[in-house]
Amino acid sequence: MTTMTIAKAINEGLRATLAAHPKSLLMGEDIGPLGGVYRVTDGLIGEFGPDRVVDTPLAESGIIGTAIGLALRGYSPVCEIQFDGFVFPGFNQITTQLAKIHSRSNGNLSVPVVIRIPYGGGIGSIEHHSESPEALFAHTAGLRIITPSNPHDAYWMIQQAVECQDPVIVFEPKRRYWLKGDVDVEAPGPSEDPFKAHVLREGTDATVVAYGPLVPVALAAANAAEEDGRSIEVIDLRSISPIDFDTVTASVRKTGRLIVTHEAPTFGGIGGEIAARISERAFHSLEAPVIRVGGFHMPYPVAKVEEDYLPDIDRILEALDRALSY
Amino acid sequence: MGTHLPSTEFDGTAVDDQREADAEAVMGEPAAQMVQLLGPDGKLGTDPVFSDYADKLTPEALRGLYADMAAIRRFDVEATALQRQGQLALWVPLTGQEAAQIGSGRASQPQDYIFPTYREHGVALTRNVDLAELLRQFRGVSNGGWNPKDTNFHLYTLVLAAQTLHAVGYAMGIQRDQKLAAASNAAGREPDAAVIAYFGDGASSEGDVHESMVFASSYKAPVVFFCQNNHWAISVPTNVQTRVPLSNRAKGYGFPGIRVDGNDVIAVHAVTEWALEHARQGKGPVLIEAFTYRVGAHTTADDPTKYRQSAEEDAWRAKDPLARLEKYLRAEGLADDAYFAKVKADGDELAAYVRRTAHDLENPDIRQAFASVYREAHPLVAEELAWFEEYSAGFAGEEESAGQAAKAGH
Ligand SMILES: Cc1ncc(C[n+]2csc(CCOP(=O)(O)OP(=O)(O)O)c2C)c(N)n1
Repeated sequence: MTTMTIAKAINEGLRATLAAHPKSLLMGEDIGPLGGVYRVTDGLIGEFGPDRVVDTPLAESGIIGTAIGLALRGYSPVCEIQFDGFVFPGFNQITTQLAKIHSRSNGNLSVPVVIRIPYGGGIGSIEHHSESPEALFAHTAGLRIITPSNPHDAYWMIQQAVECQDPVIVFEPKRRYWLKGDVDVEAPGPSEDPFKAHVLREGTDATVVAYGPLVPVALAAANAAEEDGRSIEVIDLRSISPIDFDTVTASVRKTGRLIVTHEAPTFGGIGGEIAARISERAFHSLEAPVIRVGGFHMPYPVAKVEEDYLPDIDRILEALDRALSY
Repeated sequence: MGTHLPSTEFDGTAVDDQREADAEAVMGEPAAQMVQLLGPDGKLGTDPVFSDYADKLTPEALRGLYADMAAIRRFDVEATALQRQGQLALWVPLTGQEAAQIGSGRASQPQDYIFPTYREHGVALTRNVDLAELLRQFRGVSNGGWNPKDTNFHLYTLVLAAQTLHAVGYAMGIQRDQKLAAASNAAGREPDAAVIAYFGDGASSEGDVHESMVFASSYKAPVVFFCQNNHWAISVPTNVQTRVPLSNRAKGYGFPGIRVDGNDVIAVHAVTEWALEHARQGKGPVLIEAFTYRVGAHTTADDPTKYRQSAEEDAWRAKDPLARLEKYLRAEGLADDAYFAKVKADGDELAAYVRRTAHDLENPDIRQAFASVYREAHPLVAEELAWFEEYSAGFAGEEESAGQAAKAGH
């Protein structure tokens, strides 16, 4: 076991990938000598050289489109998008090309491209630096989307993403980059399937599903609720596409109540999908409607008011109160 | 400089020259010279660089270029007819662009990889793609239709310009393969390869073309950009996309740009061969603008009479790529009536084969679509497929009982 931050864990995961797979390479803006704006690729260019850690032209469609071509030639590119709000120039390549090449070639071609996107708010930044666009990608078949919430997952999930033969988007919770935790780098392989949810905390009164940056918030809310005598189960979803509905369903069958929380706007978000599926799967187990705790239907607000926008412990507790009042 | 607004009104004087004049006005320098070897009169001219390439073409190769152009034109007629008969949802005709496609396709080597857009049926022929398979997409039985790994001819791409980036990435992969091979000192090294990316004059306005050229230039990727300037992007003329000859753009990216007479199969072959060699030798990308014309409609859904004059079409028909090579072959005594009769008979045979096969292309089972969304197992797809199976099974029962009821005379 080693203690490291999420940023360092991804860095180590990428290092392990580059060392293990001669045909893997990193591509992105400022990822070379600078090590990326969040320093996630720090030091890698020195170790692996500029052909493996490629400072690209400033062009998101170019990064993803050329990564597709490299993947068609047998390479495993890992693209870094600098910030969530800047993935959109590459949206076309991701949704119309990357997601579809396997199916439109009838399975003859694979494009195992990984796209890393730092996402989410809470860092007091200016516009386009704090968004959560995961639902826009999850709606597109052909993509897989994962989001680690702790250093151990961050270390392993990036390596698993590169090994996966499908395209994978890794949403990295940027406000947790400096969160420290134990990483078992010695493990012979990842302990868990990256597309499976984890039950982080057992409980009997209600289930809270969270992912990425809100996992620590959900855990804190559950601890606070415990002081009021409530037993709350917390699930870290880990994978946004596919979603591990089995784990969520099993939990709701036990607790009868479900709160889903994410930073992205509630409307049209992943929470709605989970609410709908769980209503279908576990209708008779539900004691209350599924309650979503997310962002508002507005562009991500200015930093000085983001505290009011982001789901926090109190908003989750309020939702729990409502659920428990049925 | 006077404003020259795009207009659907054809002034009847110049077909191409206005843009050249514009280019001069905008750039303050003359437009690039256009490479032409075989003129509309069927006479072979000379060029200081490219005549050497033309000289390498044997009589057999020249006859082959003619046969390919005739075959693909015949195929185009057949596919258009199939669409009219309701056998295809849509057809994208290539008539007029045979020389651009056959010339460039025949200049490529088997190890080269081709990224077409959606009109490159002639290139497909040169890469030995089964032309009947090419119809799968237009018939609506597949979104692809062939395995690109068999012929190094990629699937058609309908999102304009997206494939230009894939081409550059693929070319970057070739560069890396070469380095890996050199590092491992592998004996029996693969021949150097290059990539061709096809796109149209309309697509040249898309951002992806710009980004692909930036990447290609930055990394000196072995890629040839082959723009077929057929003068129209559906109903919009080229001068809305660009004020200068497209080949001039290459200069801004820092690699050679060549404008070639796209109706001159010998020149297109020569220029593409040169460009591919340039790329394979590690000298970086080349942009070729094949100056040609889409004689017919954009697709079978289009009506060109709404936006252009027949005089323009007639002017271009006079530059027909097949007619001029026929004149040359006859004048040089390289082909006679018997040869051209044979080419025609072969074309009819190809058309009959395509017609027969197109009818027989089977509708897929939607289970195939479930099977290829992801390469690895995916619980949502599995769940939805299971639901679909159960749902369909319910109908199977109904159909059976309906059938029995019918038999029983109810
Ligand atoms: C991104 C995108 N926008 C619009 C279209 C619709 N569209 C199909 S073909 C076409 C014109 C293309 O013209 P050009 O690139 O010159 O190629 P050509 O068809 O003339 O060979 C348009 C606008 C498309 N396929 N993709």
